[in-house]
Amino acid sequence: MMASSHRYNKRTESLPNTLPNALMFGNGQINHEENPNYLVYKKMEAIVDKMQDEATGVPVRTVKSFMSKVPSVFTGQDLILWMMRNLDVDDQVEALHLAHLMSSHGYFFPIDDHVLTVKCDNTYYRFQTPCFWPSKCGEPENTDYAVYLCKRTMQNKQRLELADYEAENLARLQKMFSRKWEFIFMQAEAQAKVDKKRDKLERKVLDSQERAFWDVHRPVPGCVNTTEVDIKKACRMNRHSKMSRVGTWPNYAVPGGRLSPSVSEVDLHHPAESVRNDLLHAIDLLKKKLEKRRVKISKVTESYVSYYDQYTEYDAFCTPADPTNPWITDSTEYWDQDKALNARDIPLRRVKRWAFSVEELLRDPAGKDQFSKFLDKEFSGENLKFWLACQELKGVKVAELSDKVHEIYSEFLAPGAHNPVNIDARIAELVRKRVDDNPNRYCFAEAQDHIFKLMKSDSYSRYIRSDMYKDYLSGTRKKSKKRLVPLEIRKMTAL
Amino acid sequence: MATEALKVDGTQDSIEVLQREAEELKKRLEEEKAKLKDVDMCKAASKVDPVTNFTMKQRRHLKGHLGKVLCMDWSTDKRRIVSSSQDGKMLVWEAFTTNKEHAVTMPTTWVMACAYGPSGSCVACGGLDNKCTIYPLSTDDTDISSKKKAVATHTSYLSCCTFTCSDNQLLTGSGDSTCALWDVESGQLIQSFHGHAGDVMSIDLSPSETGNLFVSGGCDKTAMVWDMRFGECVQVFEGHESDINNVRFYPSGDAFATASDDATCCLFDLRADREANCYKKESIIFGCNSVDFSISGRLLFGGYNDHTVNVWDVLKGNRVTILYAHENRVSCLGVSPDGTALCTGSWDNTLKIWA
Repeated sequence: MMASSHRYNKRTESLPNTLPNALMFGNGQINHEENPNYLVYKKMEAIVDKMQDEATGVPVRTVKSFMSKVPSVFTGQDLILWMMRNLDVDDQVEALHLAHLMSSHGYFFPIDDHVLTVKCDNTYYRFQTPCFWPSKCGEPENTDYAVYLCKRTMQNKQRLELADYEAENLARLQKMFSRKWEFIFMQAEAQAKVDKKRDKLERKVLDSQERAFWDVHRPVPGCVNTTEVDIKKACRMNRHSKMSRVGTWPNYAVPGGRLSPSVSEVDLHHPAESVRNDLLHAIDLLKKKLEKRRVKISKVTESYVSYYDQYTEYDAFCTPADPTNPWITDSTEYWDQDKALNARDIPLRRVKRWAFSVEELLRDPAGKDQFSKFLDKEFSGENLKFWLACQELKGVKVAELSDKVHEIYSEFLAPGAHNPVNIDARIAELVRKRVDDNPNRYCFAEAQDHIFKLMKSDSYSRYIRSDMYKDYLSGTRKKSKKRLVPLEIRKMTAL
Repeated sequence: MATEALKVDGTQDSIEVLQREAEELKKRLEEEKAKLKDVDMCKAASKVDPVTNFTMKQRRHLKGHLGKVLCMDWSTDKRRIVSSSQDGKMLVWEAFTTNKEHAVTMPTTWVMACAYGPSGSCVACGGLDNKCTIYPLSTDDTDISSKKKAVATHTSYLSCCTFTCSDNQLLTGSGDSTCALWDVESGQLIQSFHGHAGDVMSIDLSPSETGNLFVSGGCDKTAMVWDMRFGECVQVFEGHESDINNVRFYPSGDAFATASDDATCCLFDLRADREANCYKKESIIFGCNSVDFSISGRLLFGGYNDHTVNVWDVLKGNRVTILYAHENRVSCLGVSPDGTALCTGSWDNTLKIWA
């Protein structure tokens, strides 16, 4: 039985010579390897190759049924069993899912169903011949489809009868190709004649493979068309094939051109000089990279673990949200608590987070407010104001940039400033020059960094240790306890 | 004449010398980097408790698009979502109630990128029109597309966009292999970023306030970290075998994840300057389109072309679970800003909220 099935497989390999073969479909100009789906086709084909191994593959046989034979088939059950044994799928559900995907790409198909999927039962499936694999053929054209459908109407066999949607497609195509229809009809007739001469079993296999090919490229309404490609990738594909066709296309490394010309005049006149400069630049970069300090994976892993430890209670996917996840319970209490600015309504989880880092503190509007009050008490409130102004400057409109820079400079840095921040003379000079010459959104960078470090190492750590923070923390804690008490009493009385 | 020839020879010679030097430096750099991998991250994290009892269910189903959903973004209010689709529509959802609040029809189909403004009062989108257009979201009855404003223009399709720290600035990535920073009000180009040798597919801003970094990934299989201030690429990460479709920063900003057509997701660490971990499985053969982290950085969600979402344990490297999420490719996903939910968008024309 095995032998017979392989005989058919081999015969169908010769299909391209006798039928309007898959390779002829499409315009033939597109390089198939550039198809964005090519990589995944190759991976599926590697699996199909394994499945078709004579010794270790899925058992393929010819089944005898009443009065007739069903050649070269395997059951869904056998297929899934094989996948469970040979692929690292977790469970049968995953195996079925993968089988469904491979089937919807047409690598194997149910022998009498247009819907390409796999069930784990005794339904029969058949492998597709490689020349009909999606990696081997471009997108077939509507004329090919018309010829195929037309041919089916000529053979009055029950298994070749058109499905409703196919009949509708045929009617539509006939309208579309009305002038060409005679030609299509003749082609279909010729093909039908060739088909008739074939061996009965061979015909069964061929007919089903051809049908499956069209089920992939012209799927039943409601089924996913797996040959569609990502539009972004399609744009690139088109650009590439255009480039290779037009020989005069400039040889840019960057397809699609750039926003500004990257090649300067000097580079064009002195190619050797520009190569030299490029190399010198590359060497410079490499040297800088070598000098850079890098952290080992063990250290990096430690930092990930500690980050997780710290934030796990805030991660709704790791720890159930407190009080409840709005998406699960439909209660917005969690968000209301997040929005609260009133000290009494701020949940403990938020206040606890302020102690993680100064960034966390400043991210919370209530935290920012508290910290600013604390700094005012310490007579260093201008530091935070300056830092926030610099942050705001980064996102300011171009039209307002210059005014804003001067505003910040005169408020915090200029001699006789209203709110002077304390930075060293070198940075002050650097910033002054920049503000005069070329005010941009980053001209306070060094001063901002300096003040941030100062706040972080000095004021922030004092704030976290301060009674002000501790009171706030215990205040929220007390509140949450208070809320618990009546509940407990209620429980006690209930007992 | 003779001196001319000599001069040419001289440069030729030094070019060879320089080339050799560059090669040598490259080799040394590779060696240095290799030394950093003193342990496998999965092994180093073996003592950490495994993720147990992870459950996640579909909580909302957002139906309304008539074409493939291509992009989505959360609003900072944690409950609104903007999504764009192939039929040229952009929708603003109040996801909590599943109501559609705004619908905009773009002049072209294939709206490949959309983003919510930090203030929640505007959205940006674009695609095959090579432009990025801003729409203010007003609650009065006027048609918001009458107030639209074209901001960015590229020479190829717009693949991704995001606002920076304010509604005034827009960062875009494009098929023309560049990224660019724009002033929203004037449409002026503030800074452009050249370096990718293929289409830019995705960008993400560093979550740390003090950093001025963003990361980009593209069809040249590389991810680049940029300093926005100078338009300079500060780090390059390689290793994927196919296009990088999406990049997303780790919540601390010290690393980022990539999603690739080679069916893997990787974690690249900025401090180690190399790949820290890779998330793959033999049975996963379809490309990954989109990734995002949970708030604690422990879980990585990946949306794949095989219609599923795989949830990875970032530390241990194993798959926590698989969600058979959609009926067609999962094109985009994002964790809500407070980490309470995951939103997925798909070629099956719908979006889903998971929690």
